[in-house]
Amino acid sequence: MNIYAIKAIYRFEMARTGRTLMQSIASPVLSTSLYFIVFGAAIGSRMGNIEGVSYGAFIIPGLLMLSLLSESISNASFGIYFPKFTGTIYEVLSAPVSAAEIVIGYVGAAATKSIILGLLILLTARVFVDYQIAHPFVMGIFLILTALTFSLFGFIIGVWADGFEKLQIIPMMIVTPLTFLGGSFYSISMLPPLWQKITLFNPVVYLVSGFRWSFYDVSDVNVEVSVGMTVLFMLACIGTIYWMFKTGYRLKS
Amino acid sequence: MQPIISIKDVNKTYASGFTALQDINLDIKRGEIFALLGPNGAGKTTLISIICGIVNASSGNITADGHDIIRDYRQAREKIGLVPQELTTDAFESVWATVNFSRGLFGKPKDHAYVEKVLRDLSLWNKKDAKMMTLSGGMKRRVMIAKALSHEPSILFLDEPTAGVDVELRRDMWALVHGLRERGVTIILTTHYIEEAEEMADRVGVIHEGRIIVVEDKTEMMAKLGKRQLTLHLQTPLASIPETLSGFKLELADEGNQLVYTFDIQSQDTGITQLMHSLQNLGIDYKDLHSSQSSLEDIFVSLVRAKQ
Ligand SMILES: Nc1ncnc2c1ncn2[C@@H]1O[C@H](COP(=O)(O)OP(=O)(O)O)[C@@H](O)[C@H]1O
Ligand SMILES: [Mg+2]
Repeated sequence: MNIYAIKAIYRFEMARTGRTLMQSIASPVLSTSLYFIVFGAAIGSRMGNIEGVSYGAFIIPGLLMLSLLSESISNASFGIYFPKFTGTIYEVLSAPVSAAEIVIGYVGAAATKSIILGLLILLTARVFVDYQIAHPFVMGIFLILTALTFSLFGFIIGVWADGFEKLQIIPMMIVTPLTFLGGSFYSISMLPPLWQKITLFNPVVYLVSGFRWSFYDVSDVNVEVSVGMTVLFMLACIGTIYWMFKTGYRLKS
Repeated sequence: MQPIISIKDVNKTYASGFTALQDINLDIKRGEIFALLGPNGAGKTTLISIICGIVNASSGNITADGHDIIRDYRQAREKIGLVPQELTTDAFESVWATVNFSRGLFGKPKDHAYVEKVLRDLSLWNKKDAKMMTLSGGMKRRVMIAKALSHEPSILFLDEPTAGVDVELRRDMWALVHGLRERGVTIILTTHYIEEAEEMADRVGVIHEGRIIVVEDKTEMMAKLGKRQLTLHLQTPLASIPETLSGFKLELADEGNQLVYTFDIQSQDTGITQLMHSLQNLGIDYKDLHSSQSSLEDIFVSLVRAKQ
């Protein structure tokens, strides 16, 4: 194991975050706060409780998930795409590092950023709405698991992308809609029966539902199913990355 | 002695279908300076990239210091430093950070004293806190060299090290290369300048259209490559070369209007004086003369012909 290399990549990536603090931390915290103000404090006060939880509190796990997904993906995809774009990737490719070490360095840093961001959002939410966390340990596990899984997914996008547009397209065209339609702002049980069934094909439903359970003990789907689906997606990402390095896909000609 | 790099039957066909390397067999000796000489597009960068692990070979085997570059990639790559042809740097990083990053990446623990020495040797020490984007092209290239040396490699690849480099850096670089060689580092550089190969290398390999045409000691190579021609524009055309001049390597050109003499600049006696004498004795007059060195392209063509 080349620990020095993992450290070098991890530090390099974290230093990049340090330089772009506004963009990578402050701006997502700000935009999430706007949601809390509008949906939590302003509109939320006029809405009834959902499954015994005030609307402002109800949307916290979903909003947190939304930031976690989009930031994990964009951090990790940019982290690997940029050296590919500038050409500095040559050094990583020629170094005595394994694929696993490269991934741990890049994905570890991206996930760390997302987790820090998630915790900051949780703290910020406290300013606007009152909430409790029923299962803090499970909540932590979900936070870490989601950050890691979607950083892995972002890494795949970064390797796959051959232009800046492609870097944006998956988060914007797929992840954001799936999160909005995945029960971030409502309970699945509020939908007509047919849509309840269709919604179950949306993987984000499982994330949001499980995450919400860890806060309020209420969920749309079984929490074990939620964890299972997340782990499954994570394994799929790891498998894809393994294949990418094995074949040199868009990394080596 | 076992070669430090051994390349066996390496072929490379890119995804586009273009074959960049064909049947490459080459051994690099421990501690030598080896120049890979070839025109643009010959496959020099491709070959180096394969050895360093940036490009996958289509077939063949390579070992570095006895380690297979695929199977034992860790041991092989630890030994290798690469200064690529293109200047690719992280614009926002400082010189100090980027060189230490390289050292870590290659699996070495922190050693500030060593990194400081590398930076001082390359006249980079007073720039250590400068961001990469604020550096000139020449300075960036120095940083690329520092990065390549950061993990104390025993094999150093320099891909077109003097392309677009000023005189001062060129001189510093040669001093550095010789210093490294004295410490036992093997150096492989690529170039498309004959003079550069001549100035620097112990051995030269000529590569053309993806094939290694010839590998020889520099002095032998230069004897072959260092041909010059003297062209005499005659007053009156000659039908044939006179008997008495048969001792000289002469050819007629331009329908007998030009007499071309080929000689070796390396030899003590070029034979020019005798030729002039003989021409005078024969009453052959000329109105103009010029000497030329055969171009690299001519040399490659003649080497390829000689091989076939
Ligand atoms: N990724 C690639 N895909 C297709 N062809 C390539 C690629 N990289 C290089 N080539 C081609 O391979 C040949 C050799 O290139 P290169 O090794 O860079 O030559 P050199 O370094 O000797 O100038 C060139 O004709 C070049 O166009
Ligand atoms: Mg080249």
